[in-house]
Amino acid sequence: MTMRPDPTFHASPKLAMEAAAENFAYTLLLSPDFSQPDALAVIDAKPRSPSFGKVVHTVTMPYKGDEFHHFGWNACSSALSPLCGHAFLERRYLIIPGIRSSRIYVVDTKPDPTQAKIHKIIEPEEVFKKTGYSRPHTVHCGPEGIYVSTLGGGGKNGTDGPPGIFIMDCETFEILGRWEIDRGPQKLHYDFWWNLPRDYMVTSEWALPPQFENGIVAEDLLANKYGHHIHFWDLRARRNVQTIDLGANHQMALEVRPAHDPVREYGFVGVVVDTTNLEASIWTWWREGGRFHIEKTATIPPEPAQKNQLPPLLQGFGAVPPLVSDIDLSLDDRFLYVSCWGTGEMRQYDVTNPRKPKLAGSVRIGGIARRTPHPNGKAYAGGPQMVEISRDGKRVYWTNSLYSTWDNQFYPDGVPGTEVMAHAGANGGLELEKDYCVSFPDGYRAHQIRLEGGDCSTDSFCYPSV
Amino acid sequence: MIASGTDLTLAGLWLAVVASGLYHGVNPGMGWPLVVSAGLMERSSRALVKALGPLTLGHLLAMLVMLLPFGLLLALVEWQQRIRIGASLLVIGFGIFRLVNRRHPRALARIRPTQLALWSFFVAIAHGAGLMLVPIYLGLCRAAERDSGHEAAGSLINANLGMAVLVAVVHSLAMIAAGGCVAWLVYRYLGLKFLSRSWFNLDAVWAASLIAVGALSLSLSVASRS
Repeated sequence: MTMRPDPTFHASPKLAMEAAAENFAYTLLLSPDFSQPDALAVIDAKPRSPSFGKVVHTVTMPYKGDEFHHFGWNACSSALSPLCGHAFLERRYLIIPGIRSSRIYVVDTKPDPTQAKIHKIIEPEEVFKKTGYSRPHTVHCGPEGIYVSTLGGGGKNGTDGPPGIFIMDCETFEILGRWEIDRGPQKLHYDFWWNLPRDYMVTSEWALPPQFENGIVAEDLLANKYGHHIHFWDLRARRNVQTIDLGANHQMALEVRPAHDPVREYGFVGVVVDTTNLEASIWTWWREGGRFHIEKTATIPPEPAQKNQLPPLLQGFGAVPPLVSDIDLSLDDRFLYVSCWGTGEMRQYDVTNPRKPKLAGSVRIGGIARRTPHPNGKAYAGGPQMVEISRDGKRVYWTNSLYSTWDNQFYPDGVPGTEVMAHAGANGGLELEKDYCVSFPDGYRAHQIRLEGGDCSTDSFCYPSV
Repeated sequence: MIASGTDLTLAGLWLAVVASGLYHGVNPGMGWPLVVSAGLMERSSRALVKALGPLTLGHLLAMLVMLLPFGLLLALVEWQQRIRIGASLLVIGFGIFRLVNRRHPRALARIRPTQLALWSFFVAIAHGAGLMLVPIYLGLCRAAERDSGHEAAGSLINANLGMAVLVAVVHSLAMIAAGGCVAWLVYRYLGLKFLSRSWFNLDAVWAASLIAVGALSLSLSVASRS
């Protein structure tokens, strides 16, 4: 409990963009063979610092086999919501779920990021008992506390009942229970986000645990058995109000990125692969006349490749699918960054007109067939994956691992953890920073990044940019 | 001398009704940020002004819900002092509860952004905004009663209920005048930055205000045993 709102809480996206730049980047490290405990790395992001682009602190967890994936803050700018009437939280704790173990770590980043330490551990049994869900994933701070999406239902395989969202108390970190009252036809889950003043939530679908934990199941994919629905919810009523099927061939609708300015009632979602042509696609959804609509607004084609350049999984296709695994929207809602993890490309789209994304910039790095090295000469395994944009929109950070078992299928030579950063031009264009190419300890892969003081996929704003 | 003393008390009590209104109005927890948000989301000052209506209505109803039962109780003339002491203790007790338990009722988060009046009502109830007025109101009833001498129970009830409405209306008008001014200034001149900069944690101050009002009323009630 503080006397003033946390200085990193901002009423509007515009105010967040004008705030001081990030000094540190938090990155999740995972041990893909579960031989070491997963960890949180703290990276120096101050350009003039002697340790710029280096890991300056590591929080190693006491258990093995958690498989870190996504994470989030205990509190963000949503605390300034005019409805909450109580803005006195601190952006202080990182909530880190183990996507495989269902264990949740709460890491305290105060008094200084370089002294971050474990504050609390929530054991998997508590998650199972209180929610009936498993495999916690996306974390957002909202009206009633911390919202956490899950990928699995109950039981050993996570297939007893559908996965969903549960709520945690943002001060005690006690798990409060399930969020949904009426889930409608929703049976799969992945990401979620919302528009707080407009009172709706959007959720997406990946797959059930047996379809991803031991690797991608090619037969299921080709039979279009992965997720392809987007669900729209009444946030306060906790009810599914509309479900849209993108078409069964649009397999795996993952990251949900609504416009940050709450006046704008639209957003984007990325689809990993179209099973008819291996294309990846970007979809734009919007609300009009009380109903939600969605359309495919950009496609990214696969790239032909020789059989010897391809892993066994792809040899039959003679091509590399772009595999759009993550997208992220700058705080001014102008640039959408799209990770093509298969082809090894970070794309930057100008989405000033959200239904007509225009390619504004691109950087090639890694890739299944291309294997483009970093401009500083270092090899880059894997492709651009989890992407995070600085609040001011000038720096774009990303890592290279998708998911332990999937990495092994698409990049059998291994995906040693790497994190890079590119500078974004004021009117588009991307250029990799030579001095920011972070390597991590042997045997670790890198997944999601969170920037000190908030970034473009954590904070929810309750007032428009004016 | 006696008359001027009563006048002073009366003036002081009415001042307290207005002052508590202003205090509630400038407190962001009572809703002026919602008014700013309404204006900004629609990009129109008309929407801002429109939001003041339901906010006032909710606050007014919350005041009445607290005051009217006490107005009825006061008809039990023999019990008046005990009622005053009881009300003072209740306010002190709630203040202590707010001081010890700083958790905010999570149920409030279930109210929709569009249900402004409902929100305003429950926020005022949950924070004891109406309770803060009760001792002041009881003082006003007492002063009015002294002025007019003892009357029949029926007209006393009417007088007390009329006073409850008057107190709630005056308080709510002061509240919305203050809140509306702050909202307008932020919307038109100060900008959203003012919101996070000016937002102080008033929890302890608020709880202390409740305790202070209750304690003052308690001491007056006990002192005036006659």
